[in-house]
Amino acid sequence: MRFGPCPRRQPCYNSAGQAYFMAKTLTQTAVSLRATPDDVDVQLRLKLYRMLVEIREAEQRAYDLFLQNLVKGTSHLSLGQEAVAAGYGAAMEPGDLSFCTYRGHAHTLARGVPIEKVLGELMGRDIGLLRGKGGSMHLTSVEHGVMGSYAIIGAHLPIACGSAWRAQYKGAKDVSVCFFGDGTTNIGAFHEALNLAVVWKLPVVFVCENNLYMEYTPIGEVTSVEHPAADRASAYGLESIVVDGQDADAVYRSAKEALDKARAGGGPSLVEYMTYRYSGHSRADPAKYRPAGELDDWRENRDAIKIYRQRMLDNGIAETQIAEIEQDARRKVDEATEKCKASPAPPLEILCTDVYADGGWAWRN
Amino acid sequence: MAELTYRDAVARGIAQEMSRDADVVFLGEDVAKAGGVFKATVGLLEQFGPLRVRDTPISEQAILGAAMGAAMTGLKPIAEIMFSDFIAVCFDYLANEFSKSRYMTNGQVKCPLVVRTGNGGGSRFGAQHSQSVENWCMMIPGLKVVAPSTPRDVIGLLAAAVRDPDPVIFFEHKSLYATKGEVEDGEIVDALGTAKIVRAGSDATILALALMVPRALAAAEKLKAEHGIDCEVIDVRSLVPLDTQTILRSVASTHRLFTVEENPRLCGWGAELVSIVADEAFYHLDGPPVRITTPHIPLPAADFLEDMAMPTVDRICGTVRRSLQA
Repeated sequence: MRFGPCPRRQPCYNSAGQAYFMAKTLTQTAVSLRATPDDVDVQLRLKLYRMLVEIREAEQRAYDLFLQNLVKGTSHLSLGQEAVAAGYGAAMEPGDLSFCTYRGHAHTLARGVPIEKVLGELMGRDIGLLRGKGGSMHLTSVEHGVMGSYAIIGAHLPIACGSAWRAQYKGAKDVSVCFFGDGTTNIGAFHEALNLAVVWKLPVVFVCENNLYMEYTPIGEVTSVEHPAADRASAYGLESIVVDGQDADAVYRSAKEALDKARAGGGPSLVEYMTYRYSGHSRADPAKYRPAGELDDWRENRDAIKIYRQRMLDNGIAETQIAEIEQDARRKVDEATEKCKASPAPPLEILCTDVYADGGWAWRN
Repeated sequence: MAELTYRDAVARGIAQEMSRDADVVFLGEDVAKAGGVFKATVGLLEQFGPLRVRDTPISEQAILGAAMGAAMTGLKPIAEIMFSDFIAVCFDYLANEFSKSRYMTNGQVKCPLVVRTGNGGGSRFGAQHSQSVENWCMMIPGLKVVAPSTPRDVIGLLAAAVRDPDPVIFFEHKSLYATKGEVEDGEIVDALGTAKIVRAGSDATILALALMVPRALAAAEKLKAEHGIDCEVIDVRSLVPLDTQTILRSVASTHRLFTVEENPRLCGWGAELVSIVADEAFYHLDGPPVRITTPHIPLPAADFLEDMAMPTVDRICGTVRRSLQA
């Protein structure tokens, strides 16, 4: 099964002499993906759908809690972009490691972190994943392989390389997966990390979620190429891959392929997923810069959950079973919300803990 | 016991730790095949192989980022940033990433790593390859900051840094690489956060770091010989953690305090130390604490100008003598 690059007239060649093609438009890629035979097993399908709706419900709840002034500070939602997180969440092995961005609630949830731990952190409660010391932008759960959410654009790409170097040196079989947005492709660390990953042949997967806007500015207005990640891949001898990020199956398949390749010693991959952010960049952004009708079009015609729901029905999964998953997700988010509301603020004792390894903050005797 | 250069002590210190612990790995620009631009890492590639001693591209963010990723997943990397001035292009990792990850993640993420870097002036390299930037790092919660002045301390403090569970930035002084010192045989492990009284004295306390330590010592000898002024010289060695007790005890016995700093004056490390002494030993002081620093300027390249900018033995002597006689 082949996903990704659509052939252009002339192939390019990487340093190993292998031919690859520049990325073409999403429409062509997407059509070819949807035309693939159904090779996803029912249990996986149910799991993917559960992840999609749980992430959607939890992110929607985060937004509602913000409107109620229960989520303070900032938050960056993945509403609309759920399929990338879910596809990778399903494809990654338990020992694989995720490196996320400040838009990382979805990716954290997709590794199995309880919803109340995520919402609780957003709300600054003691129940939160980091007991309120990190906040929305730094979700981390080492026990779930979520090795951090990084709020300085691009910083975590080299970090994921280091993690992959450790796996390579130790002969471990885990793969480091690094999620980032289209805007990240214009910062230096992106290019430093890709070059290093290829030169050292590291087991790392770079996952670019192209949601069309860097923050407020359309990515195309500030980027030299059409596909900010895929069109740069050739500069690093990597295959140029664009995948429909609204199709959870396509994400799952492409993730699996990239993970398998890394695990087998085949080195890094860079995959660009076309997706769309339903909300603004952060809670302060009403996203008025989008052309009229664009959001409605994505919601109507390209929504990851709608697409997947329909595919499940087409593949004979009963409406009742689907509805049960949806109700279950809503119930879980409701219960998590109540737990968070009941949780106290973090205690003052933790204000100065864990600055240094002795548990405290002492910098002098 | 053998005489060793500061440069060779670096390689010996790294080798000592890599031999002891297979999780210690080393990366940086030109560090493996070339043995380092300062020839401070010669022989490590041959001894430990290319997976543990890795040449990197000129990518300082990739170097520190990779060191962090390796550290947080179980290795104990030593990363080299060739000139400490280049910290400016990867400052994110020092200022935002591995320094804060433990706190931000409520203790989940640990980054036991060492960043080694060539610091300081005297090599006529101009304003972007000569700076003393230890004060850039001292202000960051979560980082430890070390700057040895002798070959023995290079080995002992480097070993302590590698074994420390927190991220440590280790400032080697470029103008000290060729200096020599006696170093005992066998394993050497020192302790971070310990200042060392390198010359006992009763009339004034002089605090110094790295290249300024031999200058302060030479000044102390000259002050004694020519003016009968007996100075205690303390090699601060570690800015974070800071051994304030040794400093406060010394000030309590000499009643005068001088700092000799290579960093430009504003927000140099001496300002923090003077503030601590003013807070906690004010009534022991017989006169105002005095900071001897490089002026608030970028370092010039010409030898004559650079020598005038950095604290010299003569400037230290003159300043101490005038202050004590005032």
